[in-house]
Amino acid sequence: MQRVGVFVCWCGSNIAGTVDVQAVSEALKNEPGVVYSANYQYMCSQAGQEMIKAAVKEHRLTGIVVCSCSPRMHEATFRKTAAAAGLNPYMVEIANIREQCSWVHKDMMTGTEKAIILGKAAIAKVNLNAPLTPGESPVTKRALVIGGGIAGIQTALDIADAGFPVDIVEKQPTIGGKMAQLDKTFPTLDCAACILTPKMVDVAQNEKIRIFSYSEVTDVHGFVGNFDVKIKKKARYVKEDICTGCGACVEKCPMKKVPNEFNLGMDNRHAIYIPFAQAVPKVATIDPNACNMLKNGKCGVCAKVCAAGAIDYKQKDEIIEEKYGAIVVATGFNPISMDKFDEFAYSQSKDVITSLEFERLTNAAGPSAGKLLRPSDGKHPHTIVFVQCVGSRCAACAEKGKEYCSKICCMYTAKHAMLTRDKYPDTEVYVFYIDARTPGKNFDEFYRRAVEEYGVKYIKGMVGKVVPEGDKLKVQASDLIANKQLHIDADLVVLAAAIEPDKSARPLATMLTASMDTNDFFTEAHPKLRPVESPTAGVFLSGACQGPKDIPETVSQAGAAASKVIGLLAKDKLTGNPCVASSNELMCNGCSTCERVCPYGAITYIDKEFRMPDRTTKIRRVAVVNPAVCQGCGACTVACPSGAMDLNGFKNSQIMAEVDAICK
Amino acid sequence: MENNKYLREEILRMSGVNTSKCMKCGKCSATCPAYDEMEYHPHQFVGMVEMGDIEPLLKSESLYKCLSCFACVERCPRGVEPAKVVEAVRLVAVRRQGANRMTANDVPETIEEDTPQQLLVSAFRKYTK
Amino acid sequence: MKVSYFPGCTLKNKAKDLDAYAYRSAEALGVTLEEIENWQCCGGVFTTSQDEVATKLSSVRALKYAADREQPLVTVCSACHNVIKQTNHAMQTNKEFSAKVNRYMANDGGYNGEAEVYHYLEMLRDLVGFDKVKEAVKNTLKGKKIAAYYGCLLLRPSKVMGMDDPENPVIMEDLIRALGAEAVIFARRNECCGAYTSVESPETAKRNASAIVENAKAAGAEMIITACPLCKYNLVKNGADIPVVYFTEILAEALGVKEDTDGK
Repeated sequence: MQRVGVFVCWCGSNIAGTVDVQAVSEALKNEPGVVYSANYQYMCSQAGQEMIKAAVKEHRLTGIVVCSCSPRMHEATFRKTAAAAGLNPYMVEIANIREQCSWVHKDMMTGTEKAIILGKAAIAKVNLNAPLTPGESPVTKRALVIGGGIAGIQTALDIADAGFPVDIVEKQPTIGGKMAQLDKTFPTLDCAACILTPKMVDVAQNEKIRIFSYSEVTDVHGFVGNFDVKIKKKARYVKEDICTGCGACVEKCPMKKVPNEFNLGMDNRHAIYIPFAQAVPKVATIDPNACNMLKNGKCGVCAKVCAAGAIDYKQKDEIIEEKYGAIVVATGFNPISMDKFDEFAYSQSKDVITSLEFERLTNAAGPSAGKLLRPSDGKHPHTIVFVQCVGSRCAACAEKGKEYCSKICCMYTAKHAMLTRDKYPDTEVYVFYIDARTPGKNFDEFYRRAVEEYGVKYIKGMVGKVVPEGDKLKVQASDLIANKQLHIDADLVVLAAAIEPDKSARPLATMLTASMDTNDFFTEAHPKLRPVESPTAGVFLSGACQGPKDIPETVSQAGAAASKVIGLLAKDKLTGNPCVASSNELMCNGCSTCERVCPYGAITYIDKEFRMPDRTTKIRRVAVVNPAVCQGCGACTVACPSGAMDLNGFKNSQIMAEVDAICK
Repeated sequence: MENNKYLREEILRMSGVNTSKCMKCGKCSATCPAYDEMEYHPHQFVGMVEMGDIEPLLKSESLYKCLSCFACVERCPRGVEPAKVVEAVRLVAVRRQGANRMTANDVPETIEEDTPQQLLVSAFRKYTK
Repeated sequence: MKVSYFPGCTLKNKAKDLDAYAYRSAEALGVTLEEIENWQCCGGVFTTSQDEVATKLSSVRALKYAADREQPLVTVCSACHNVIKQTNHAMQTNKEFSAKVNRYMANDGGYNGEAEVYHYLEMLRDLVGFDKVKEAVKNTLKGKKIAAYYGCLLLRPSKVMGMDDPENPVIMEDLIRALGAEAVIFARRNECCGAYTSVESPETAKRNASAIVENAKAAGAEMIITACPLCKYNLVKNGADIPVVYFTEILAEALGVKEDTDGK
């Protein structure tokens, strides 16, 4: 029989407000095994913990029940207290009488009654607890960063700086991501390329960093410290190690009419291409859907002109297998499609563009060499209308827009408007906005400068309809302050399209068993206190894959994710969770049900020799759990038809004892 | 104020609209093809009903200017459905005794050789109880 | 194929050609329009208020007629289609409304939204198929530049009407192309013509209608087609200087059945 001590916490008035804590500690005093019961204002405080330690010594306690807040909050605290008092930390049970009791009840009587029942259940369980000892596993000292935008680049550089090797997997032929497409960056207006490309070069030159460009993660197995990852390196039909990036092949390629994705289809590229001049790695890639040689064997010009002999039409996709201790997701974002918002006539006029297209139009390396010209006729626009919140804050229809605020649009639109007025003072610039959200450092000052110094006309209202007619875009809009409907003849309309997570994020989350919210943003382990960790151990989050973010925020989060990775890789061994499944091999009938339901691949089957009662031996197939891989989810214990699977710390007998105590 | 509170509840019930969903973006009034004919505009209908400030709306000609074209309903990013609010307020007005705006006696002077029946039928539905 | 057909008041009076062309064209495509016996006017406007019941009963009767015959209910007029489709949706989704209606319908047996409502255009697309329409064309409209004017009633509210993308519809353009003509897309094709306000504020209709015609012309249209008698009236009345015709007329013309109906 255990000698159990019960400690009821008031949590100030959080619990004591609706639960009679004195009555609870009195009532639990008489439960089987209980030799001591007390209550205190803040059990988690230094004094409260000392009280527990003293009681363990004085009453020779073997088990502890703390009636307090959720175990997510303080289970670890009280386990440490128990360990300090010389008890096995797994001899502590928490009865959650706050979140699941005092906070949801208004009436003292019902609250108290329920708290007593919850306490009884925890006592019933602790009577069956046994000491548990966690195992250890080694740590592979290498990190994987998925996504090579500014988030992935910063994370990789920081990890490498601490001395650990890092691999970046990027699905495009070059790293750089969205930031490489931008012109200037707010609120300081330094050019994106000037601050990004040196970092890209740093990545390329860093001995600790390998770049797998034009590659995708296809399979992830294992667990924190020990991930086995398969990376598909897509055939680019150019030998990366030989290509010098001279561009002779690109110049001579006869297939010139492929929409250039780097300029969002606003101009064309060749079938063999280098996305932009500062690409890293600076090697050519052949687009197999456009190349005549690959499609029908007719051409071969690039191979003829390549002095280095880097062209390889026979190149195949390659699978690379590597082990990692930590994985960072940095898959970024994309603007949403404007298909469902045709009241803005995006599909009807080339002069209705998205903000990212506007970035390319004003970028010196863009399709118009940085001159702001209308895509339709190449003329200089004299009236430009910017529309905010296109598809953001849109709760009307899920397949149309996004319910969240995309966060970056207010600032980049202010930037676009300001830069336009600065460079082309003869241009009228209108911005239609619902709210100007500018809470960052120097952000509101920036937006006000656009209005006050650059004369951008900010109008609180929305655009309802854009009608292309002749060479004008007739914009119908509301001005809520003037209480007027406005009709503006514009030359260019720029839509601040909502942003959404990259489409590759959802399948990746499945591979990583990392959770996502309904918008496909990765979920953090705790929204305030663990913002860069996913709830899956060893998986970290960097940048817009976790939620809309601007560059300063992305870079700080990228650094934070790196520091968490470094903290993990600096350890030689990881302490595991002892609450893992184990199989009673005498009861196991070898049916494989548990193996099929295990989401972590922790269960295997072996053939084992058993001695039979008649002294003969027999070979039987039985399940074996790898405790280092098992996450203790319990799926196998419910699936097992013969009751052979059990979960340490949550044994079937313990759960049943709790249920019995509640139902008694 | 008590009366307005009652009217507000009544209009919300009739229209099935939750006016508190409005985020005051002005998309409805931006998209409205009858805006210039209206004294109170779609966003004001939503805002004033939300505040219980309904009497001015009941007296306003704006009730009969809404085309029920549903452009505001379709384009509202929050799914507020302003046209349904306008319609509910209009019904409260025309259902009051003697408030019919059009009678059968008005028809002969309205009608022309090419007037489609649909026009009269729709107008009757809009202007009378 | 036989379908239940709700013509509506205007198609029996001022828009007889819309009706006649619809009949003949359907026949040419192997569809018989069976006119609902003793149909009553739909009312022209679906009153959105939840407590309006009586004004929707005529639509429910038409729906029940089609449901009893297990036939799709087809309408041509945009307004009738809008009212009947919205009424059916209310019968399917609004329990309180449907219970009240069924109290009126007690003697005729109940109705709970079983009928399937098709606009004539949807019938062409989903039941006949535009490819079949294309095959049946005798006089191609090749070379004609035709703009499809949808107005508001066909498309909105899109969650109920479900005919097409409310901002970028294609159904009438697909029909125009199937008939061999060029479809001209213009931005104001889903903006309101002014509707019933032309009774007392003709200026609203004038402003809206002329903006619509101007926009279609600027996009290169030589002709505008519509499914709604009121749209046609407002566009023509306010000085459209290109032909505005019902979509069934160009359909009948292309199928070679227009002459048959002209004598009628």
